[in-house]
Amino acid sequence: MQAEAGLRVKIGLEVHCQLTALKTKLFCACSSDYRSSEPNEKICPVCFGLPGTLPVLNAKAIEYATMIGLALNCTVANRSLFYRKNYFYPDLPKGFQISQYDKAGGVAIASAGSVDVEGKSIRITRIQLEEDPGKLTYEGTIDKSSYSLVDYNRAGIALVEIVTEPDIEDAREAKAFLEKLRSTIESLGVSNGELDGAMRCDANISLAGGARVEVKNISSFKEVEKALNYEILRQKTFSGNASSETRHWDERRSITIALRSKEEEQDYRYFPEPDLRPIVLQPETIEGVKKTMPEVADARASRYAKEFGLSRQLAKELSANKDLSAFFEECAKLGGGYQEMAGLIVGELSGGLPAGASALPPQEFVGLVKMVESSAITRAQAKEALREALRTGGHVGDVVKQKNMSAVVDERAIAAIIDRVVGARPGALEEARGDKKSFSYLVGQVLKEEPRAQPGVVAKLLAKKLREK
Amino acid sequence: MVPSMVGHGEISAEEYIASMFERIERLDLGIHAYLQLDRGGALDKARALDRRVKNGGRLGKLAGMGVAVKDIICVRSLQATCGSKILEGFFPPYSATAIQRIEREDGIVLGKTNLDEFGMGNTTQNSAFGPTMNPWDLSRVPGGSSGGSGAAVAAGMASVALGSDTGGSIRCPASFCSVVGLKPTYGRVSRYGLIPYANSLEQIGPMGREAESVWLLFEAIAGHDPEDATSSTEPVRPLRAGGVEGLRVGRIKEFFGEGAQPKVKEKVMDGCARLETLGAKVGDLSIASLPYSLAVYYIIAMAEASSNLSRYDGVRYGLSAEKGTVDWNTAFSRTRSEGFGEEVKRRILLGTFVLSAGYYEAYYVRAQKVRELLTREFTLALKKFDVLLGPTMPVLPPKLGEKVTPLEDYLIDINTVAANLTGLPAISVPCGFVDGLPVGMQLIAPRFREDVLLTAAVAFGKGQGLKSPPLAEAA
Repeated sequence: MQAEAGLRVKIGLEVHCQLTALKTKLFCACSSDYRSSEPNEKICPVCFGLPGTLPVLNAKAIEYATMIGLALNCTVANRSLFYRKNYFYPDLPKGFQISQYDKAGGVAIASAGSVDVEGKSIRITRIQLEEDPGKLTYEGTIDKSSYSLVDYNRAGIALVEIVTEPDIEDAREAKAFLEKLRSTIESLGVSNGELDGAMRCDANISLAGGARVEVKNISSFKEVEKALNYEILRQKTFSGNASSETRHWDERRSITIALRSKEEEQDYRYFPEPDLRPIVLQPETIEGVKKTMPEVADARASRYAKEFGLSRQLAKELSANKDLSAFFEECAKLGGGYQEMAGLIVGELSGGLPAGASALPPQEFVGLVKMVESSAITRAQAKEALREALRTGGHVGDVVKQKNMSAVVDERAIAAIIDRVVGARPGALEEARGDKKSFSYLVGQVLKEEPRAQPGVVAKLLAKKLREK
Repeated sequence: MVPSMVGHGEISAEEYIASMFERIERLDLGIHAYLQLDRGGALDKARALDRRVKNGGRLGKLAGMGVAVKDIICVRSLQATCGSKILEGFFPPYSATAIQRIEREDGIVLGKTNLDEFGMGNTTQNSAFGPTMNPWDLSRVPGGSSGGSGAAVAAGMASVALGSDTGGSIRCPASFCSVVGLKPTYGRVSRYGLIPYANSLEQIGPMGREAESVWLLFEAIAGHDPEDATSSTEPVRPLRAGGVEGLRVGRIKEFFGEGAQPKVKEKVMDGCARLETLGAKVGDLSIASLPYSLAVYYIIAMAEASSNLSRYDGVRYGLSAEKGTVDWNTAFSRTRSEGFGEEVKRRILLGTFVLSAGYYEAYYVRAQKVRELLTREFTLALKKFDVLLGPTMPVLPPKLGEKVTPLEDYLIDINTVAANLTGLPAISVPCGFVDGLPVGMQLIAPRFREDVLLTAAVAFGKGQGLKSPPLAEAA
């Protein structure tokens, strides 16, 4: 699709991420845990917008937003301001949202960052702190509903809005960016993206420099790819002549619906929030946050490559998962064979570490790694033992013993098996000579005959056999 | 004063509060200072206080004082109207911090007083519940927007009162009703529970017939409040023992400008002379940016107001005019069209305009720059002088229903708005009468120096004798 002349796609995202690790809302002491509540249960005079009440800033939210800013390679502002974004909507208790702004004298808490996605840099325009509005529930769909219900439990929940430059070129890349963003924010421990609606996103899409269309209401990252692909296709049918407008992603029907044209676009009448003082962050404060904040995946990956000599790919895969990284570091304290160790963790434990009574003790795991390293057992056997132990809740060491696992290191024995396998397949040896795939196939066949054989030894002997002929 | 009399058992709080309600019954039909009374609640509190006196319990500094509260300040379980139809049926589930502090010091809330809708006006005629009359002349306005509080105090229908001052709303009625009214330094009194008109400008403040009772109420309500991020931790200083001896008083030339009525100017010059005889040193000065203050004030106040008043949409509380099934936009419009009065609508429209894309820089941003300039000029002037002085209101109280254009109406705020723009504390003290109508003198001090203002007010009021409106004397 990219090949079609002139139809270059430009996508910019606005990601809204709730700081779910906060116990209370952004400007009041209401519990932020609203998901299991009855409608309009988690509200107080402040977040319900009763007249005469005043916002009091949650200091922890500033710290979390600073962490996100630093993790996304942004410049964190020493002095930023809250602004009022004025618009009428039934889910907005005060008739304005307390937010930040980067124009009209406004300064957002962090700006000018970047995120590395699959070797490409996606620029971050700004990060701002703001309050979530309430939530409307429609009867049926937004365009056909005859009434809607308002739940203000969500009103006042702390949000961080992350705005990107239009650097994203297709739906797949958008998804990769969002996954990266999510894992980064999760590793900071400030937000749990798995909670319903904790991470939402609006997208700005234009084709071939045509009009910019904003798609709102993408309520989860799963929906992003669908919504973007739909919208790109829709715009292509207009040959890039889409009109400038705001559209709504209808999850149920998997289509975007026109909400309003840009000419009818709201004038939000931003101005500084007079009830709050500026956010002042001394350089020492920002340094302090930097020093104490949890390491994010990217930084961790480089450290793993440097400190443990892991291959880049493996370091990246391992560090993307916070729990696995923590387990790896526990194990690494007990001894070497890091590459083998990391490989086994990523390969076998990605589905989640066993917890509680069936938890895998690092000593046991490291023992298993050492057996592979010393060629006492094969990697395949280690994997099998691990799976078995996880399935039954037993010890890996016991499984190895019970199953009588041991690697066959006797080269003569392996050579005999190779002869047998080759002998049964006339011509196979000739094929394998020039073709890697056929070679691997033969190695596989040998291992099938003798699972305890070391793949490395098999390959070495097979190569020798090829040279002999 | 009342607290010491109650404390010494010279009067019972119940008798005193009951007598106050009797006065209200006799006088308020003609004045209409109150929108709502809490006789039952007030008498209960008075009786509890009397029991405590008998048992030798601790008494607060405001023990037994009857406090009238401008109906823009929330008192738990009393209806809050802001003088508007749009808040119909709204009973706040909380009390303003100022009210909590008054009650902690055993002050007793008598009821809620009339005001210009949402504090927007200087006559109290912009109330959805009818105007308040000036106790000195029932055919005239009491000033505004805290006109109900000013009139209640002047007619002896409250010991003291709370007002709020966004552009002069305490000082104007203090001047027109011949009482003392203080607008504290911005950040001095918590705004929690004050229903906002323009957040960056306004403060809750005390009003009373004597400077001493105003000080007492001020000390009770001042201080930092964690519920108001803009409130200050600066401690309140005690009144000066030496009175105004050696006090450097600066007369602001612009406050005695063309717009001021000559007789009013004369009275204030007399007041100035009296300060001199009390030991003050009087000089003159000019503040160059003052002529712009009115325009700057109205731009900023209306901008903030347009945003503050957005929440009244009929969805959660207050008036909901639309009963049928329409889209939300239509429902919001109908509620707001019906619920707001003309002046409020005018200010919402103008405020919306000055914040609009393309105009924001020209109006709001520029106004903020002039505001900074004005603050610098005042700060500089207050290095040379301890207080700055002028007439509070350039005119005598106008007749009720007098036809003026909105612009003419805004113009009489010319001397009061600067203190709000700069955040400086300012007071209006009674300064004699012209043709039987009160004149007020305004003093402005450096930030957090309310002690200087009240020291001067106490000294100035001494030996003047406390005049009461004729109708209140008869009562």
